[in-house]
This record gives sequence, structure tokens and C-alpha cells, in this order.
Amino acid sequence: MAETPINPLPLSLEINKLKKNFDRRTIFKDLNFSLSNRDSLAITGRNGSGKSTLIKILANVLVQTSGSVDFKIDNKPIERSEYYKYIGLVSPYLNLYDEFTGYENLHFVSRVRGIPAELISNELERVGLYDRRNDPVKIYSSGMKQRLKVAFAIMHQPRILLLDEPTSNLDAQGVEIIDRLCEEYKNQNILIIATNDEHERSLCEKEINLNPPNGKENH
Amino acid sequence: MKDFRSEIRTRYSINGLIMFIIVTISIIKFSLGEEKLSNELQAGLLWIIIFFSNSSGLSRVFVAEEDRGTSFVLKLTANSRAVLLGKLIFNSALSFIINFVVVFLFLVTMDMTVNSTGLFIAVVIIGNFGLTAVMTIIAALISKSNSKGTLYPVLSFPLLLPLLLTVINATWMSFEGTSFGEVSAEFQILVSYTIVVLTASFLLFDLVWND
Repeated sequence: MAETPINPLPLSLEINKLKKNFDRRTIFKDLNFSLSNRDSLAITGRNGSGKSTLIKILANVLVQTSGSVDFKIDNKPIERSEYYKYIGLVSPYLNLYDEFTGYENLHFVSRVRGIPAELISNELERVGLYDRRNDPVKIYSSGMKQRLKVAFAIMHQPRILLLDEPTSNLDAQGVEIIDRLCEEYKNQNILIIATNDEHERSLCEKEINLNPPNGKENH
Repeated sequence: MKDFRSEIRTRYSINGLIMFIIVTISIIKFSLGEEKLSNELQAGLLWIIIFFSNSSGLSRVFVAEEDRGTSFVLKLTANSRAVLLGKLIFNSALSFIINFVVVFLFLVTMDMTVNSTGLFIAVVIIGNFGLTAVMTIIAALISKSNSKGTLYPVLSFPLLLPLLLTVINATWMSFEGTSFGEVSAEFQILVSYTIVVLTASFLLFDLVWND
């Protein structure tokens, strides 16, 4: 696999007064934080507080109600339509194609992104799926599907890695893979994990809690 | 290519569509018996079958992605215009297959006579592109709604009405043996319509694709 540059270009991610409503229900509002290279952030909060929603907004698969998400590389703003080039996402809401094998799923992505196909085997080996690469995803266990999602997320060496409950369904070896990946990303890029799991929270240096401070619902 | 391979593996659309076409044409043939329809009625009937066959098949490109949760893969892999272009290419190919089957079965069972073959083929091809353009963007629009089955034909019909009226008229003229020159107005409408719809689709798709 190609190595990330030793001195990567400086990154910054700034969230200003971010708000998200679904119909009339406010999920969160007035959310502000900023991150740069080597920052890692755990997003915590009770069920329904908007952890996954925030991750989706940062990944640009969901649009916020108001507020801004500003992503810059080397102080140059990145257009929202280009975020997909720099972001990797692992999420329970993301599913790969059941009718294709693990290898075919990554091959499709590599062709669209212009990534050399030779790297696919490396990524599958990295997540411990190399031996099962020619099996259709529909016969994968939930843990194997999670590992494939990780391979999908990191194949293009994103600058921001977004993980939504990444160790769910994983065995001890899978958890170790996630731990190594997070350590690697924390060294040079931005890592964001949405979780309430103690172990996953411990992988991050910073934390933001989406529960309102007085315990009342956001409306 | 991904959609082509997926369709070959799952045959989600093709099997059902071919059965729909065979059953529809069979019912019409049995109902008519030996009676021969006028060219004008045949042209209208042909495009009704094409419309409903395409309605059944072309919505899957976006609806299935949302239902299976694979739309995130596309959103995280490519920009929105590349996604739309890929879906348009797949739907165009699928629509060509559907229309070929419909026209072939119609020719064989309904005793259809085409006096201007070149004109007929040109009308079907250009009409196909216009149909595909509208149905693809409508599929993207309704993919996130709860009542997709009802919404799809309801939304696409008013948009397709100008196209359908024009292709029915041009098809009728091809049955009658009219030359290309005499249907130039219809061709202008069809080409302009397709260009307008495609342009609007590419301009608006980003808003439709991102929640």
C-alpha cells in the first residue's frame, strides 16, 4: 500500500453553529468545534442525540439545516462536492453490494476512484479478509461486513476518517485492526469516532457530548 | 458497469419486465382476436406498453440503492454528476432492451406494418433517450419517499406527455410511410425535449441526491 506522506498538507475542519432538524424535531443545534492534523474526536451522547447524524453531515451524505462545515487542506477550502475524495466513512448505515464479492466491491470503488487494483489485496489482507475475498458479501458474517466497510473507507487514504461505532460486530482481532488504524490516523490526519463505548472513546484525545447540558430535549 | 453486472447477477428487473411485456401483449392480442387496429391506434398502444414497461424497470437504479443502503457507497465514491451519468447510461441500455422486446413482440403478434422502417427506428431511438432522461431523474426524486410505486408514474406522466404525444404521432407517420422531411417538426421537438431534460437533470441532480 502507498504510504501517507510524512509531512502531509495541513488540514482543518471547522464546524460553526451547526443545526439539524428532522421535520420539526431539532436533533442538535449551535454545535461548534474545530479540528486539525493529529486531532482525534469522540462524539458521544445518548441514543437519539445525533451522533450518527453528525457523522453523516461531516461525510456529506446528509445536509445540515443550518450552520457551516468548512474543510480546508493547506488553507484552501474544499468544495462540498469534493469531500468524498478526502473522507472515509465506516457506518452501520453503509452497506456494500451483496451480489458482489468482497474483492469486486473494492474493485468497483478502485476503478471509480482511479486507485490501482493492486492495492485491493493489500487492503483486504490488512482487514483480515484476503482469504474470503472471492466470497459474495451476502454470505459474510456481520463482523466480516464491518471489516469490508473498513477496507472501503481507507482504500483511498482519506485525510479524515469517520467511524460510527467501528468495533460493533468485531471479534478481538477485528478490534485490534481498528485500534491500529486509529493510531495510524491520529498521527497525521483527523480521526472522528461516534460512540458510547469506553474502549472506542479511549482512542480519541478530545470528546464532544451531544446531550444538552441541562438534560432537556432539544426542540 | 457495476449496474450491468448487478443486473446480470440478480436479474431483478429483466425477468419481471419481460414477463410484464409478454403478458400485456398477450392480453391485448387475445382481446382483439382477428380484429386489426388502425395505424394510429397501434402507435398509441405501442407507446403505452413502452411507457409502462419502462416505468416498471427504470426506477430501480436509484430506488434499489436507497432500499439496500448502498447509496452511501456511491455518495462516498464519486461526484453526483458521475453517478447520474452512469445511471443514465445503464437506463438507456435497459430501455433499449425493453423497447426492442416490445417492438419485436408487437410486430409479430399485432400484425403491425411499418412502411418507413428507418423513420420508425429513428423515432424509437430518440424517443427512448427522452423517456430514459425523464424516468431516471424521477427515479432519483422518488427514491427516498415512502410511496414510490404510486409516485413514479404519477410524476413521470405529466413530464412525459409532450414526448409521448410527439412520438405517437411520429410513429403513426412511420406506419403510414411518411418521409423524414415531413416529420422534421416532431424530430425537432424530441431532440429539444431530450436536451432540456438532460440539462435540467444535471443542474438539479446534486440537490436531489444530497438529502
